[in-house]
Amino acid sequence: MSFLEYAPAPESRAILHLKPEYGLFIDGEFRVGSGDPFVTISPADETHIATISTATEADIDAAVAAARRAYDRTWSKMSGRDRGKYLFRIARLVQERARELAVAESLDNGKPIKESRDVDVPLVAAWFFYYAGWADKLDYAGLGADPRPLGVAGQVIPWNFPLLMLAWKIAPALAAGNTVVLKPAETTPLSALIFAEILQQADLPPGVVNIVTGAGATGAALVRHPDVDKVAFTGSTAVGREIAKAVAGTDKKLTLELGGKAANIVFEDAPIDQAIEGIVNGIFFNQGHVCCAGSRLLVQESIHDEVVDRLKDRLSTLRLGDPLDKNTDIGAINSREQLDRIRELSKIGEDEGAERWSAPCVIPDNGFWFAPTIFTNVQTSHRIARDEIFGPVLSVLTFRTPAEAIEKANNTPYGLSAGVWSDKGSRILAVADRLRAGVVWANTFNRFDPSSPFGGYKESGYGREGGRHGLAAYLKGAPTARSLSERPSTSSGTAETKREARAAKKEVGK
Amino acid sequence: MSKRLTVPKTYKLYIGGAFPRSESGRTYEVVSSKGDFLANAALASRKDARDAVVAARGAVKGWSGATAYNRGQVLYRVAEILEGRRAQFVDEIVQQTGVTAAVAGAEVDEAIDRWVWYAGWCDKFGQVAGNGNPVAGPYFNISVPEPTGVVGVVAPQDTALVGLVSAIAPALVTGNSVVVVASHRYPLSAVSLAEVLATSDLPEGVVNVLTGSPDEIAPWLASHPDIHALDLVGAGDLDWIDLQIAAAETLTRVLPPENGVDAAAPSLARISAFTETKTVWHPKSLV
Repeated sequence: MSFLEYAPAPESRAILHLKPEYGLFIDGEFRVGSGDPFVTISPADETHIATISTATEADIDAAVAAARRAYDRTWSKMSGRDRGKYLFRIARLVQERARELAVAESLDNGKPIKESRDVDVPLVAAWFFYYAGWADKLDYAGLGADPRPLGVAGQVIPWNFPLLMLAWKIAPALAAGNTVVLKPAETTPLSALIFAEILQQADLPPGVVNIVTGAGATGAALVRHPDVDKVAFTGSTAVGREIAKAVAGTDKKLTLELGGKAANIVFEDAPIDQAIEGIVNGIFFNQGHVCCAGSRLLVQESIHDEVVDRLKDRLSTLRLGDPLDKNTDIGAINSREQLDRIRELSKIGEDEGAERWSAPCVIPDNGFWFAPTIFTNVQTSHRIARDEIFGPVLSVLTFRTPAEAIEKANNTPYGLSAGVWSDKGSRILAVADRLRAGVVWANTFNRFDPSSPFGGYKESGYGREGGRHGLAAYLKGAPTARSLSERPSTSSGTAETKREARAAKKEVGK
Repeated sequence: MSKRLTVPKTYKLYIGGAFPRSESGRTYEVVSSKGDFLANAALASRKDARDAVVAARGAVKGWSGATAYNRGQVLYRVAEILEGRRAQFVDEIVQQTGVTAAVAGAEVDEAIDRWVWYAGWCDKFGQVAGNGNPVAGPYFNISVPEPTGVVGVVAPQDTALVGLVSAIAPALVTGNSVVVVASHRYPLSAVSLAEVLATSDLPEGVVNVLTGSPDEIAPWLASHPDIHALDLVGAGDLDWIDLQIAAAETLTRVLPPENGVDAAAPSLARISAFTETKTVWHPKSLV
């Protein structure tokens, strides 16, 4: 046994009390869906975890109707203070059941337990705690006095951070006074269904949150439902585009958090030790199943060889294997479908002339796995430099000047995130200004916080999640005066114009 | 003594700081509310729209890179020049729409006041829309609004000036550039406004004015990949759902149509609609 080999240290599954079958969570209760049930498996060994219901259009109707009832009768009438108390309860219950949620997440998703335990689940609790406090302070959210909720929110989330994406969606929606119908991803429904049990423990009024499981058709039915006022989607740009077309011409409000192809720019004066760790975290965190992953490494030509050599050394020490093992760095790819896509794009990378290197690690016999991989000699025209791979694959490109780095970084239809590594503060600030990306991590990468807005430019979608800005996605401001002379702040307004302004305001409110 | 013969103006497009005719050579007749001939306005083509987008895209870097103080002064200067040409705008509105001089005067006053109101936002919006974020860790973390890029606008169709101004000005506050399709019926004020913009230190290409048929031009703007946001405020009579669907192809941000005289009423939301929030993180060392 070398110093890098550890004895197995698996987290116990005994903390989980899973049911063999899970129904849909509608109006505060679990009920069997009308569609053909499906099975959720562990991507690490392809074993059966539980049987899950499929929601049909009729089930979606029932869920939206429950959310509408809860909105009209309960949630929109409840004080912000009480809504906040429910959210605080949820935050505490998530903390109390944190280990159980982490084990469920790693089992169903394939991500290392150290990530679900130390990142996903703590952030879920933090997200509810943060937005709980907003519920009775909405007047200070920057939308003017007395902003109003939108109504029923239909939310569709991806499989890469199942419970965290649920928190990003549900916490601000509820704080703002909306009710929710949420569809988790087909391959990772488990933690959302355990979360439904937490809502029962919190005694959240029935119908305020409804969770419907199923595949793409279920999500499509939800976002197209005529009684949904707000659609929030996190996932691929292709699906986001379809949703944007589907809601065109309706009154539905839409926020989209879509794909990315982030540049991680490393200047020659960067703090190299930290940069290497940051590059690794940027693309190999969560097996690279991260929309904001630093998948394009832009390294200054003068330090290219050194950075690549050190990356290879570092990647050779990563441990790939059982997601529930506490020493695992790289877990399983979430599904066979995703593994096929990663393999296909990597093959295209080789065919187009890039040079492939994969970390020497033992791939388990069962399950879906992909060794951490680096492509060097990548050109900006290569598919692996343009397409989102959503896997543990890093494309390395070079640059000579800051202007070239910025040009290459922005040379993508996406604009979700970017990284900058340099010891020179003025350069970091200037480059950060010029990057067309919603989140810029300077001398760090993949940091998330409920108080920090997250979301994209360009084809990475629109709207923000997190922080004060995240509330705006679930609120509408009061109508504004029709002209400047009718603004209440104008003391010179005559009685007549004020009467008109009041009338105009009433008109708008109709 | 005989009455002096007037010198009528040729109303052209405004693209990249110049006043070209439509490359198509087409014009359409603009008539007064009584049906009298007023002018032959340019009937802009797809090519004109594309040229305008190229000009607008080229202008984004300079305009968005200018200091907020500088943008504020330039926009304020627009109001100054507009004030000086108040009589001309009143006359044009009266001729086109048939309202009284008093009503037209009130519209011009409101338009000027809105320029001033938005000009003052330039160096404040970032403070109101952005903030430092108290993240749970040793990081400096700040969110700031940035312009979306090139904004395509279908101006309100039932006013000659105030709707147009109300649609353009908020997009300019944060540093966007604009391609605007003017009111089909009342295009003359739009061209005269372009003359004001051209003499107000607004860099060329920051605002580009097309006259003609919104029905014909808007689809080319909606589907253009270099249009980053689309303001359909005046598109209520068009097939605007199709425009929104076309815009979705490149995830262009879309503002829906608004009707009546309240369209594009001054608000912070109209500034925010054409911005993106950027959040920057940086670690703090442990000292």
